[in-house]
Amino acid sequence: MVVNRFTILKGEAMAESDDEPGPTSSHPGASADAAPATPAAPLGPAAPLGPAAPLGPSTRTPAPTLVVRGLVKHFGPVVALARAELEVRPGEIHALVGENGAGKSTLVKLLAGVYQPTAGQMLLDGAPLEPRTPADARDAGVAVIYQEPTLFPDLSVAENVFMGRLLTGRGGLVSRKAMRERTRELLATLGVEIDPDRPALGLSIADQQLVEIVKAVSLDAKLLVMDEPTAALSGVEVDRLFAVARQLRDRGAAVVFISHRFDEIFALSDRITVMRDGEHVSTQDTAATDTATIVRQMVGRAVDTMFPRTERTPGAVVLEVQGLTRAGTFEGVDLHVRAGEILGIAGLVGSGRSEVVRAVFGIDRYDSGTVRVDGRVLAQDGPEQAMRHGLALVPEDRRRQGLHTDLSVARNVALTLRRRLSRGGILTSGAEYRVAHEWAATLQVKARDLDAVAGTLSGGNQQKVVLAKWLSTTPRVLLIDEPTRGIDVGTKAEVHRLLDRLAGDGVAVVMISSELPEVLGMSDRVLVMHEGRVTAVLDRADADPETVMSAATGTVRSAVA
Amino acid sequence: MTRVLRRRETSIALALVILVVVATTANDAFLLSSDGFRDLLLAPSLLVLLAVGQAAVIITRNVDLSVSSTLGLVAFATGSMFVSSPGLSVPVVMLLGILLGAALGAVNGGLVTSARVPSLVITLGTLYAYRGITVIWAGTDRISAGDMPRSFLAIGTERVLGIPVVALVALVVVVGAGVYLGYARTGREFYAIGSEPVAARLCGLPVGRRVFFAFVLSGTLAGLAGVLFAARYATVASNAGTGLELQAVAAAVIGGVAIFGGSGTVAGAALGAVLLATIDRALPILGIPDFWQQAVVGVLIIGAIVLDRVLAVRTARRLRSTGVAEAVRPLPAARVTGGVP
Repeated sequence: MVVNRFTILKGEAMAESDDEPGPTSSHPGASADAAPATPAAPLGPAAPLGPAAPLGPSTRTPAPTLVVRGLVKHFGPVVALARAELEVRPGEIHALVGENGAGKSTLVKLLAGVYQPTAGQMLLDGAPLEPRTPADARDAGVAVIYQEPTLFPDLSVAENVFMGRLLTGRGGLVSRKAMRERTRELLATLGVEIDPDRPALGLSIADQQLVEIVKAVSLDAKLLVMDEPTAALSGVEVDRLFAVARQLRDRGAAVVFISHRFDEIFALSDRITVMRDGEHVSTQDTAATDTATIVRQMVGRAVDTMFPRTERTPGAVVLEVQGLTRAGTFEGVDLHVRAGEILGIAGLVGSGRSEVVRAVFGIDRYDSGTVRVDGRVLAQDGPEQAMRHGLALVPEDRRRQGLHTDLSVARNVALTLRRRLSRGGILTSGAEYRVAHEWAATLQVKARDLDAVAGTLSGGNQQKVVLAKWLSTTPRVLLIDEPTRGIDVGTKAEVHRLLDRLAGDGVAVVMISSELPEVLGMSDRVLVMHEGRVTAVLDRADADPETVMSAATGTVRSAVA
Repeated sequence: MTRVLRRRETSIALALVILVVVATTANDAFLLSSDGFRDLLLAPSLLVLLAVGQAAVIITRNVDLSVSSTLGLVAFATGSMFVSSPGLSVPVVMLLGILLGAALGAVNGGLVTSARVPSLVITLGTLYAYRGITVIWAGTDRISAGDMPRSFLAIGTERVLGIPVVALVALVVVVGAGVYLGYARTGREFYAIGSEPVAARLCGLPVGRRVFFAFVLSGTLAGLAGVLFAARYATVASNAGTGLELQAVAAAVIGGVAIFGGSGTVAGAALGAVLLATIDRALPILGIPDFWQQAVVGVLIIGAIVLDRVLAVRTARRLRSTGVAEAVRPLPAARVTGGVP
């Protein structure tokens, strides 16, 4: 069968391009209609799918449930997906792996009907799958568990499970009773105890994820897509999720599983598809491959020499936190960091990492505990107080917390220095430009000029602007949350070099990161959090992936691997 | 959460009862005279209609500021139809008036959903635009009792079993809208949309269509209120209903509708409207000077919101402690502390 690549729909500008602004986001000359310029990938054009002709009448393998061919997605000039290929058979768990920005989440959103492809084809049970809305996808038999739980905080758990297709009883009215009972049954099959009548507000992230799973299971879908469902789960919960996934597979559903954890991928999946820079790289049987191969294909380059590290001797303790507690968020957190030292904080999403640094910086209040800078107690008096004592925080959400995306680069950089730069309460743009110019040059911000609106820059350059904004305050303690999330490889290395240099200059750096290699590669010491508590503090020499992960998940993981 | 909300409605009802008792103690006529009883029910009726529509819109995380102008335009149009086309029967004119309200609501809804401009801005615009149309049309003219048929005006004064017809209409609307928002599939989706618009899209809710309908509902009820306004007051000038839009928002907020959507009930909003209207009538009787009335309303609004915040914090804390780990989404402060957006 010849598959023509044809245009299904011109992707209507779903302008929320905050999605995966990764390395794919800046293919230089790929206009919407031109064939996407294939980057000079060392592995050449994408390898063909699978061993056999995928669509031919085969007696050995069943006809695939999902076929994705030559799928392309552009957001304006940004190529999020250059050429995705995927084939998932019924009764198969198919792992989809790739670095951040490889296009996995974009692919998921195309399957889910959130975006429409620019070109290419999706087939579900042989019939074209062209969902224009998430409801279309759901009706076609596609269930999706998103990376971030998407619950309604004000509604009950039962209503959350059934929203969009609420169960009705007499007179077409919504039957809360029916939904409550059905939800209770579903929760019971998963072995979970959550009150179906309680509002979703205040559920732990694990419980939220479980509600999402219940929602997906209740659809009885042909294709279940799980986009990093385990990112926030602990060992027991992961095992439970895996049991559910296997149960669905054995019932004949096709399951797509996205994860960054190789132990899980190898424990759960039947086949693995690797993506890089929005393109299909390979598809192989899980049994016939190993982690090293997959990693090489994901990264497309050698994985060493990524982290710069100059020798340095840590000085005196600059920041010291003792017994920091915020009810329900984190408890009894102790940490300290010396001048010229990088303290890495690892932990799963929702473990309270970001919340701790937010509290230290004075954004959120804490209930008890002390924060000391140079041995003197830092009163809880907001970020300005923290800044006066030489603290700076580069937050995790660049677009919403780090930048004023509507303002110019110069404005953004000078924002932290308003007071110092103004004369008699008047802030001239000349003063702003001087500072911004200096820092933009130091950090090599690539922007048209300093008047360019910050939101239009690429992710990496935006991060540099945020860094410039905070480094211009010449902090002695730099708190940095996810320093390289969603930025391209080149800039990533620049950021790493910068952090190393700052530490070399005697700045105390506290770096939160979800990327284990980054934490391990950059830190002098690693602090691990789990459910709001510090579960380990490791010296560089003792910090290996296994120790950190088991501390981050709170238990020694069973069953997996 | 339901329990908290139920408490809110109970507490408003309680405040209302206390107010009526106190006012009646000060002056028997407040409740015990025939007129007093009538006014108690009649005075809030039109505001109740507006508050119900407003609640539906606010629950979807929008706001409709144009309701007072819709009311005014419909009231004037209704009167004008009687003047210009005496042949039309009363029910037909009333229906046309309500349809005009629905159409004006549809304009709001269409602009909000297609232009993707915040409803606050759109309806602020139509608040002026609809009023402007009325002013151009009416000039200094006014419709007076003589211009309208007796049978129409009777609707504004008639009673069934001692209860004013207008109040009965309001009651039917409250029950109908309450059942719709509370128990109809599409009605429940209003809450989902207001609670988390992004999640609503992801789970396939037709967000645009529901929001559009919320505005049509609000416009329709404002239209109904306009028709009843003409019948009840028997005189309509171009300024009819001015200022009611903020009262409607206030009623909804006092009644426990979260200004950023997702929670609250129609019944609460209606009770809020009754409380507001009753305060207006009770203060003079209690010897509190006119110019204090607005300040009292203001204190009430702020009090209601502070109460909301306190309850929300307490609920969040309680819910957090029943979860395994932590509250993933601490309650966004704006959800309850914000004023009218």
